[in-house]
Amino acid sequence: MIYLIAILVIGGLFVSLAILLLVAERYLVRYGPCAVGINEGSSVLKVQGGGTLLAALYENKVFIPSACGGKGSCGYCKVMVVAGGGPILPTETPFLNRVEMRSGMRLACQVKIKQDMEIRIPEDLLNVKQYQARVSLVRELTRDIKEVEFDLLDPEAIEQRPGQYVQIQAPGPEGPVFRAYSISSPMYEKRHVQLNVRLVPGGIASTYIHGLKAGDPVVLTGAYGEFRLSEDPDREIVCVGGGCGMAPMRNIIYSLYRRWPDRSCWLFFGCRSTRDVFYLEEYRQLAKQHPNFKIVYALSDPLGPGESWDGETGFIHLAVDKKLIPGINRQAFLCGPPPMIEAVIDVLKSKGLTDAAIFYDKF
Amino acid sequence: MNPTPLWVIFVGSLFTNNILLASLLGMCSFLVCSSRVETALGLSAAVVFVMTCTTMLNYLIYYFVLLPLHLDYLSFVVFISVIAAFVQFVEMFVERFSPKLYYALGIFLPLITVNCAILGAVLFMVIRQYDFAQSTVFGFSAGLGWGLAILLMAGLREKMGYSNVPEPLRGLGILMLVTGVIAMAFMGFAGMLNVQ
Repeated sequence: MIYLIAILVIGGLFVSLAILLLVAERYLVRYGPCAVGINEGSSVLKVQGGGTLLAALYENKVFIPSACGGKGSCGYCKVMVVAGGGPILPTETPFLNRVEMRSGMRLACQVKIKQDMEIRIPEDLLNVKQYQARVSLVRELTRDIKEVEFDLLDPEAIEQRPGQYVQIQAPGPEGPVFRAYSISSPMYEKRHVQLNVRLVPGGIASTYIHGLKAGDPVVLTGAYGEFRLSEDPDREIVCVGGGCGMAPMRNIIYSLYRRWPDRSCWLFFGCRSTRDVFYLEEYRQLAKQHPNFKIVYALSDPLGPGESWDGETGFIHLAVDKKLIPGINRQAFLCGPPPMIEAVIDVLKSKGLTDAAIFYDKF
Repeated sequence: MNPTPLWVIFVGSLFTNNILLASLLGMCSFLVCSSRVETALGLSAAVVFVMTCTTMLNYLIYYFVLLPLHLDYLSFVVFISVIAAFVQFVEMFVERFSPKLYYALGIFLPLITVNCAILGAVLFMVIRQYDFAQSTVFGFSAGLGWGLAILLMAGLREKMGYSNVPEPLRGLGILMLVTGVIAMAFMGFAGMLNVQ
């Protein structure tokens, strides 16, 4: 009897607290329908007020990057709020620098929609979509790098620029994880996304991708990334990659020669041994059609017995130093391990490139 | 019944029995939110308000619901739930009707749900057998005492930004030392009053 009373009383108390809160929420947290204008009238979302901006954008298929899921701990979901956002909250200040604060940058997961708002989002993010895809091709490039191609099913086409990446959703032990991979297929191939994935021992996503077979379903979001290829046809492009940092270069090179068949472009690629060389034959074919495309592969390890090699030897930044003449208007894209990137940046600066002309992706 | 006069409870919970410096309750938000005086002020205002109200609320629930039904062994669960629900309610209320106040202290309200000083004040109220008026004064002054401590700390930390703290003590180490020194300073008040 005594326990029954206890259960009833506690239950009654908790239920009445819950009801109180629900009633309060019903009448207090209602701001009616609000309009969220994006990029000065490029689109207007009609949403119910009271929720967070991030949730409202997600519901309307605007995918703002967010790694923590709206907890305010990753700081990725920055958007510019022009009007209607209220003052910056203490939960946001750790993620924003002074320039961002002054320009109205906010964390979308912390801003609540209480009135009509006007926000600005980079156009790129408006193009980010979630894709249902199917593996169409898996090919071994080297002993640990695989080329994986996905057919996009829903939506069927992707708008991407060379140098951009997609995030692959892989099943992890504690729920799905997202990992970024550069797109290696050229931008004009809109129905497919191709990646080069190196197997990282113990890596959740690379193990998952290496285990995929043709026909397997995959979920990916994209395209992300801010790199923009220079539109000036007289500007030389320098691509420097190492290890498995080939994917963005391949996208750049093919997209480039589709648009500017005579444009000058260098590809430097550093490998350890002949076993790590891939795509070389394909590029040589391409270079026959486009004489301004120059390919330099360099091996850093000594040749094994019986092997032959007609390219460069030594680290890749030495080859860059040797081949490039200074003082030419260039844009460079680097992708590879951090020591390589740093060495190459030093070399490129000595050739007259500015920081703004050098874009890199360290991993 | 507790015979302590109201003014003794008030002064006592500010100085001799400061809930943070004597009982060491509410340390987590004390350490995290004391880097700037402005933040500390917002948080202490919220703590004073919530502590006063939840002490009163829990007094009523304890003496009019739990005790008559001999359910006082469930008091911890009930107290903390009431605190959580109250904080939620206040947050919604403030956000709706006073955006200014919400931006000033509303953001600290969710933090307070898990502030053990709040639960501590409620439990002291039960242990010391305060009546309603005493509980109200106690809740208010314990909140003020907590605020006093965090404001002192925030003031010191703002100054400490310019001092050369030995490398191994930087961060949490020096905070703990400073807290200890403040607490010792407050022990100077001991014996002035006796709060029971």
